[in-house]
Amino acid sequence: MSFGNARAASSRLALAAIAAGIAYVPFAAQADEVVNIYSYRQPALIQPALDAFTAETGIRTEILFLDKGLEDRIAAEGTNSPADVILTVDIARLTTVKEKGVTQALEDETVNANLPAEYRDPEGHWFGITKRARVLYASKERVGDEPITYAELADPKWKGKICMRSGQHDYNLALFSAAISHWGAEKTEEWLTGLKNNLARKPDGGDRPQAKAIMAGECDIALGNTYYVGLMQTNEKDPEEKEWANAIKVVFPTFENGGSHVNVSGVALAKNAPNRDNAVKLIQFLSSPEAQQIQAEQSYEYPVQPGLEASPVVQAFGELNADTLSLAEIAANRKAASEMVDRVGLDDGPSS
Amino acid sequence: MTTLDGPTRPQLAPAPRVRRERHGVVFFIALAVCAMVLLPVVTLAGIALSGTGEAWPHLASTVLPRATLTTLHLLALVAVLTAVTGVACAWLVVAYEFPLRKTLAWALVLPLAVPPYLAAYAFAEFFLFTGPVQTLWRSLFGFQSARDYWFPDLRSTGGAALVMSCVLYPYVYLTARVVFIMQGRNIADVARTLGAKPSTVFRRILLPVSRPAIVAGVALVLMETLNDFGASEYLGVRTLTLSVFTTWLNRGSLEGAAQIAMLMLVLVFALLMAEQWARRRQRFHSARATHMKARPPRVQLKGWKGPAATLAVATPMLLGFGIPIYVFGTYALRRTHQFFDPALARAFVNSLTTALAAAVLAVVIALLLINAARVARSRTVTLATRFAMIGYALPGTIMALGLLFSLARFDNWLDAQMREWFDVSTGLLLTGSATAIVLACSIRFLALAEGAIRSGLEKLPPNIDEAARSLGRSSLQSAASVTIPLLWPAIFTAGVLVFVDTIKELSATILLRPFGFNTLATFIYENASRGMAQDGAVAALLVIVTALVPVVLLSGALMRDRDAMM
Repeated sequence: MSFGNARAASSRLALAAIAAGIAYVPFAAQADEVVNIYSYRQPALIQPALDAFTAETGIRTEILFLDKGLEDRIAAEGTNSPADVILTVDIARLTTVKEKGVTQALEDETVNANLPAEYRDPEGHWFGITKRARVLYASKERVGDEPITYAELADPKWKGKICMRSGQHDYNLALFSAAISHWGAEKTEEWLTGLKNNLARKPDGGDRPQAKAIMAGECDIALGNTYYVGLMQTNEKDPEEKEWANAIKVVFPTFENGGSHVNVSGVALAKNAPNRDNAVKLIQFLSSPEAQQIQAEQSYEYPVQPGLEASPVVQAFGELNADTLSLAEIAANRKAASEMVDRVGLDDGPSS
Repeated sequence: MTTLDGPTRPQLAPAPRVRRERHGVVFFIALAVCAMVLLPVVTLAGIALSGTGEAWPHLASTVLPRATLTTLHLLALVAVLTAVTGVACAWLVVAYEFPLRKTLAWALVLPLAVPPYLAAYAFAEFFLFTGPVQTLWRSLFGFQSARDYWFPDLRSTGGAALVMSCVLYPYVYLTARVVFIMQGRNIADVARTLGAKPSTVFRRILLPVSRPAIVAGVALVLMETLNDFGASEYLGVRTLTLSVFTTWLNRGSLEGAAQIAMLMLVLVFALLMAEQWARRRQRFHSARATHMKARPPRVQLKGWKGPAATLAVATPMLLGFGIPIYVFGTYALRRTHQFFDPALARAFVNSLTTALAAAVLAVVIALLLINAARVARSRTVTLATRFAMIGYALPGTIMALGLLFSLARFDNWLDAQMREWFDVSTGLLLTGSATAIVLACSIRFLALAEGAIRSGLEKLPPNIDEAARSLGRSSLQSAASVTIPLLWPAIFTAGVLVFVDTIKELSATILLRPFGFNTLATFIYENASRGMAQDGAVAALLVIVTALVPVVLLSGALMRDRDAMM
């Protein structure tokens, strides 16, 4: 190309860019009813519930997905923050938004009646709306039907047979935090070293690729969240994921009290919520049996409200007996767990 | 140098020199721009200083020694791999004739369109246990499980270096090729007439002469490696960047994270100094290079050597571009309906406009800074403009966080003032709109624009604008009528580099974007972080293709305008 042309083209592009810049004027306040959501969760996972909310109330939802620095952004935005509602996965994230001071307390009879006390903040700053268990994916071919405890994951009989995602991931940190609460730091660190030595490979990827690794014979058991199994089993677009899911069964490991580790996804009311009334309506809705059922059906999570059933896909995994350890205690151990993962070198994998 | 005051005509002075404009308007604008560019780094430094250091016992005892070693290891491997690949390919393409040479000469630039985080994902799909390579390997030898045989593990520092090098070597290739075509031509020709073989000319003449340009290319590569988060996280390589994130997000210490980031800047500073030194040498060498237009014929490679050269040159391109296209193409074919998704179309338009705006802004800022450094001729200004490039090496999220804090503070201050005086609310003027993204990307990729324009400027005869000014033009007039038209190719290169990197940019964009605003990169991420990268495959292909167009234009322009480019 000749640069004469490039020059003319670029000047036109420059003009277009400037025009685009002018078009970027911040959104004017919308006249219709809206609720703004800042979310750690992917929009697609909660869209069905949000659609139902809009259908019922006529309130539009705007969602901003951000999985790193969400609470820092709200804090920086200060009094002008457009955030009404904060959605997160993982209990430590919920307590962090509270500690950062970007939430406000909500005392609401409907919400409190819908959600059991153990799944919400005593001061009303956050509410757990769905739960998921951190379980084992085990090879149907190579692993028998005997129960496996969390403690046994450090047993040398599993040497070279365990797969997992990074130890610094939220879901694993929450599990290790629970272990610290149950066993104390010293014993947990020993256990974590044992787990590291049993790994088949360096931790990597998400939870789903662990199932794939089991199918391929790379390892026999893997740590993973329950709902991924449901998502893989029903993945019509990528049928190979169904094969991964078919290669594994779900085993509910337990602590000494007989409970499996559960984590929650939750919701909080933003401190400077400009549409507070709508935000409260959304939180009420998300705690309702209807929304809980939608989440259970669509994303294969467990409803928090007692008496509601999980999806048949999830029920087929077996009976979940949730650990009774308080969520607050799990969240409090997060930093210790993260440092322990570094110390043990869990993410370096088995060899070193 | 001397300062001539008053209306002295330069031609009357014994040594015609241009009047210093130490306090000119341009100079103050440049300083203001410099301050804006440094805003995120300064904000981060403030956060780092506000910390108590309570994160340090753990960092110092467990994290940092290893992370620093891993980072240096990674940087060293990437430096060697990209330097060897880039220089070897450039030399083969310039000096020899072999099958497909012309095609490969521009195709070698293609991997530049692939963001490292996508490359890491594609390489993992391709080379890990369950991918086609190892599956084939197992079926060939009848292995059953991973314990039956050894295969190099991609999830290692070496693996990450391979991935990064495969998509970043074009930076070295581009600079090296231009130098081989232009620089040292006369000495190379002299050596040739004295009977030296091409290989001797390469080893004894061209390599030493082009070393500064190669260092400059490698410095860009290393800054990109340093700021990468996605690829090293995906491959489980625990770099300093990764410890910035675990410290911030998993241990809740933003101060500790900022402190590590500041530590990383020391490393960057060393890189910048090396690059600065390299550029100085380059300037000296290029002084007369542009005069030579005649080119010696390429040596025809005969027999097996021809196809061997084709293979050697095609390999890095196939790895860095072919594998990602294959992996995402396969997934995208199953989702062709997504090409017509209006959300994807909006993301595409957003990507284009953001990247264009960022490219224009970065070029303008770079021109201002470079001009200020030239006109002021003071070490302080030169140093300040060099320092302004430092943001490039920071992880995007961290840099964007620094920008967010300062911009949001400004927004809230402005809003409070407007409410008080005029009873209007301006809300989050910058951080509530895509302006913040454009600012972040142009600041982040300023180093690319600045580098391209500066090397273009160094190719021009140094006295050309002085000549214009001695004929009575002001510095602005001479810039508009002489320097900028001559620099146009370099400006085009600068714009393309920033455009491409903004299209690929993910981490700053995702932190700063307003409601309902997706670029192609964030569109992929919304889907991919659920472990569903397949759903982002169509967008991933679009990112690569969108970045491809300017890359191909650039490559073509470089081929035809050898004398003027870079």
